[in-house]
Amino acid sequence: MTTRTSFSVSRYAPERGPLAKLTARDSLLRRLDWPMLLSALALSFIGSLLVWSATRNRTELNQGDPYYFLFRHVLNTGIGVALMIGTIWLGHRTLRGAVPILYTLSIVLILAVLTPLGATINGAHAWIVVGGGFSLQPSEFVKITIILVMAMLLAAKVDAGDQIHPDHRTVAKALTLAALPMGIVMLMPDLGSVMVMAVIVLGVLLASGASNRWVLGLIGAGIGGAVLVTALGMLDEYQINRFAAFANPDLDPAGVGYNTNQARIAIGSGGLLGAGLFKGSQTTGQFVPEQQTDFVFTVAGEELGFVGAGLILLLLGVVLWRACRIARETTELYGTVVAAGIIAWFAFQSFENIGMTLGIMPVAGLPLPFVSYGGSSMFAVWVAIGLLQSIRVQRPMTA
Amino acid sequence: MSNIPETGRTPRVQIRLVVIQILVFSLLLTLGGRLWYLQIRNGKEYTDEAKNNHVQQVVRPAVRGSILDARGVPLADNETRLVVSASRTELMKIKDKGKDVLTRLAGVLEMKPEDVINKIRLCDSQTPKPCWNGSPYQPIPVTDEATTQQALTIREASEDFPGITAEPAAVRRYPAPGKARTSQVLGYLSPVTDTEIEKAKDGDSPFLRSDQVGRSGIERTYDKELRGKAGVTRYEVDNLGRVMGQTESDPGVAGSTLVTSIDARVQAVAEYELNQAMKTVRGETDKITNRKYEADSGAVVVMETKTGRIVAMASQPDYDPNAWVGGISAKDYAALTSKNSNYPLLNRAIQGQAAAGSIFKVVSASAAVRAGHDFNDKYNCSSSYSLGNRSFANFESQGHGPITLGEALKFSCNTVFYALGHQEWQRDGGIKPKKGANDWFYRTARDFGLGSETGIDLPNEVKGRIPDRQWKQNFWAANKDAWCKQGKKGGTYVQQIAYESCLEGNQLKAYDSINFAIGQGDVLVTPIQMATAYSAISNGGTLFNPTVGKAVISPDGKSVREIKPTAHGKLPVGAETIRDLDKGLRSVVEPGGTAAWRFGGWPQDKIPLRAKTGTAQVYGKQTTSWLATYSDDFTIVMTISQGGTGSGASGPAVRNIYDALYGLDDAGNQDLKRALLPAPQKALPKVNADGTIDAPDITAYDPKSQLVEPTENAGPPPLAGPPPGKRD
Repeated sequence: MTTRTSFSVSRYAPERGPLAKLTARDSLLRRLDWPMLLSALALSFIGSLLVWSATRNRTELNQGDPYYFLFRHVLNTGIGVALMIGTIWLGHRTLRGAVPILYTLSIVLILAVLTPLGATINGAHAWIVVGGGFSLQPSEFVKITIILVMAMLLAAKVDAGDQIHPDHRTVAKALTLAALPMGIVMLMPDLGSVMVMAVIVLGVLLASGASNRWVLGLIGAGIGGAVLVTALGMLDEYQINRFAAFANPDLDPAGVGYNTNQARIAIGSGGLLGAGLFKGSQTTGQFVPEQQTDFVFTVAGEELGFVGAGLILLLLGVVLWRACRIARETTELYGTVVAAGIIAWFAFQSFENIGMTLGIMPVAGLPLPFVSYGGSSMFAVWVAIGLLQSIRVQRPMTA
Repeated sequence: MSNIPETGRTPRVQIRLVVIQILVFSLLLTLGGRLWYLQIRNGKEYTDEAKNNHVQQVVRPAVRGSILDARGVPLADNETRLVVSASRTELMKIKDKGKDVLTRLAGVLEMKPEDVINKIRLCDSQTPKPCWNGSPYQPIPVTDEATTQQALTIREASEDFPGITAEPAAVRRYPAPGKARTSQVLGYLSPVTDTEIEKAKDGDSPFLRSDQVGRSGIERTYDKELRGKAGVTRYEVDNLGRVMGQTESDPGVAGSTLVTSIDARVQAVAEYELNQAMKTVRGETDKITNRKYEADSGAVVVMETKTGRIVAMASQPDYDPNAWVGGISAKDYAALTSKNSNYPLLNRAIQGQAAAGSIFKVVSASAAVRAGHDFNDKYNCSSSYSLGNRSFANFESQGHGPITLGEALKFSCNTVFYALGHQEWQRDGGIKPKKGANDWFYRTARDFGLGSETGIDLPNEVKGRIPDRQWKQNFWAANKDAWCKQGKKGGTYVQQIAYESCLEGNQLKAYDSINFAIGQGDVLVTPIQMATAYSAISNGGTLFNPTVGKAVISPDGKSVREIKPTAHGKLPVGAETIRDLDKGLRSVVEPGGTAAWRFGGWPQDKIPLRAKTGTAQVYGKQTTSWLATYSDDFTIVMTISQGGTGSGASGPAVRNIYDALYGLDDAGNQDLKRALLPAPQKALPKVNADGTIDAPDITAYDPKSQLVEPTENAGPPPLAGPPPGKRD
């Protein structure tokens, strides 16, 4: 049997140098989930090429510097990796203690978005302009907060051995805490993020072992909510149009159907091997809007072809596969629930993002994890990777 | 490592984790499948769509190739006009969308500003004409009639006229060298239609919206060669239409030059003489109808006997092909297609059909030989031939006694052929044909190429008609209802005919075969068919496909593709019979022959001429005049509808054409210096590397050149004076 903390092992070992410590069989570095880490890094690297290709001649965006977005994407990735390292160093258990603070901070930030501090981009009032060309999208961090706060509540009594499954009160409390930020995000309105959060909540509930009634109830509430929102006309016209265009792709190809239509042309024309990086006519011709962010997958489809786009799917698959393993193999329910929340988040957001470019999902403004340009999203997904790694390295050593 | 760590978690959570994992990978698989569907299965479709998205073409139309006569004189070429065009892409970059520039341009061109602006707006369903219906990336022509001064003004102040160009451009022209219009043979062009563009889209010769397409004549037959290939530059554009780069540039190929076998000088003579013959005959009174001859239309074909090449082909009425250039006006079009003008667009040499009359007798003589009769036996040329109670008279009821078939051609004796035709009809079983009836007369007519196209390289040739048993049957089946309704026993002539036709119109009657033997009745032939048949007699039996096109020469003059003469058959008689026919036809021009009075003084020993005259009766109209002739090198066939007799109406005209070809005067003296074409033109004109052609000068035909000057008028006396009756 091993101890429950990662740092305690060396105490019983002979004195070792720093390098030896890092490379030792039981060291932190050796215990990281490298396939997941390398896949995530590869995704961010491919993302930087795609973002570069999509923006190098968009002079109205890149301020005349073809490397503007490339540089920022790489910088964001760097910051993201640093945040991951910080998260691993702190550990997910340490963060458990900070959840109330993080939760409050998140609420304050998303409320700030609704004040004049917030900025509207693409119909969603979801950004806070920080200055220096940077802006913050707090809803990205809310996703993490929701995972952590729910996991903390749902797993506490189970991990303490008081309960086999979380009781109804706990579940109700957790759902209420999740609903508050979701409601605020809905007001922005950032429907895409709300959808992701709903799926996260579902994943978290499933993994926590909450009663089937809660799970089914949540699914029912989701459907009912969707009907209600539509019936009450709470959706903006642009949101309705997106769904209309999804239902009928040939509808108004110059207007609401334009994005999806051009995205599909871009991907479809890629063929097996693609046109080659920087050589896609749809991309260089800037036919696909929002191509460095929400529609970044179209660059891969057109320029790297089935092979390149398939590689992105494969890498996402590796990340999710490793995350599933972590969820299954960790000893505490807290870790499992956090991992499951992250899995639900990554899987749904990737499916929605890629699915809309392929025309099998309606358009929603969601970034593709690791690949899309955008600081907030990049930071959030790397923090999530940090959480997963932390869960892994702190799980019991079986060797 | 063990596979399942001691987690102490409940099975519920474990199962749910597996469910989550399965769900996650299902989603990824869905994406992968969809990706495969879009990129691999339907990839081609999207690639095409992407291409349409971002590539714009700018087209420089190819200069259409010239059409030359046999010596290189252009019958159709291009003239340079100054075209002022506006580039929309350039103008749209200006703040006011080029309004200021266009207003200034209108001032220079002396046009109204709104006219200029309207001309360059793009057509859509709401925009009335004028508007631009081509690619917005194409320079849009504002006028093609700019003066040099206007063009210079625009060019010198180019900074005041951004996006405006003034450049010379090629426009089709039909110069009518030496007054040879050659209208119907050349044909005309008109803009390509949407359906044609769509149809030719995936072929090897797709159209551009700006293309002009040959609609008739050789402009149509050789359209592909003459059209060339437009230069295309493809620009990659972005989503706002801004040019990002030039992807590929196809310089295009100018149209090839088509050399024809037409000799513009001979063509001019033929056109003049045909017109003149028609004018002359309109001044004469038809003794049968007691009206002046109508001479409503006519045609003449001059063909090389040994190749089938057309040296001249004229059809009256004709028109000026330049009327089509730059778009024909509604008024001109109405005039060209109306009954009043008698359809000048028709090329009557290949599209006019009429009963052949006596020029058909070469077919009948051959049929008789095939049926077993000896060409040189004696056949009774009585003054009339009786069939039951009907009597078929010879021309002016003149008899010649027992004569050979050759002499029957010479005198154009009808009764000899009546008898032969009737006899064969009886041998075949009369109105109830035997099984395997020979039908020699009908079969021979078909074997002479009648009743089907000659295959000339001009569009819409007509077939004519051989009224054999099968045709009678079909025709009766198609018309009997109308006949039976109209017919009345003992009514008017028309009613009586209809009545008889209703009852027995499907039977080939004795009088049908008698009429057919002299080219009368329901038989229809075209001038080109007769020219082909007579050429075959001249050349020893080969029926050539007549050709106007002689060679296609690439724009740089380097590659020459000759259009070789091809044949579609042989005459169905042996060399001996052909010689007999030739001798008989030769005697037609000689004393006693039906054409002799028109060829007095002809140097028959030096340039032997053969001829056959024909006067075909048409119910309700004046007779059709036919004259089929040939020398060793050239066949000339002329016909004039409602023009009287063959020798009478066409004789002088045909002789004048021969005189011009061989350089003869009226007295038969040859002056080779004046001869336009004493032998067929063999060599092709030379096209220089820069596309220019060294064309010989051409002077208009002077009809008086053949008149014998008074001092020289001491030549041999005419072989025969005007005969008592101009018999054909």
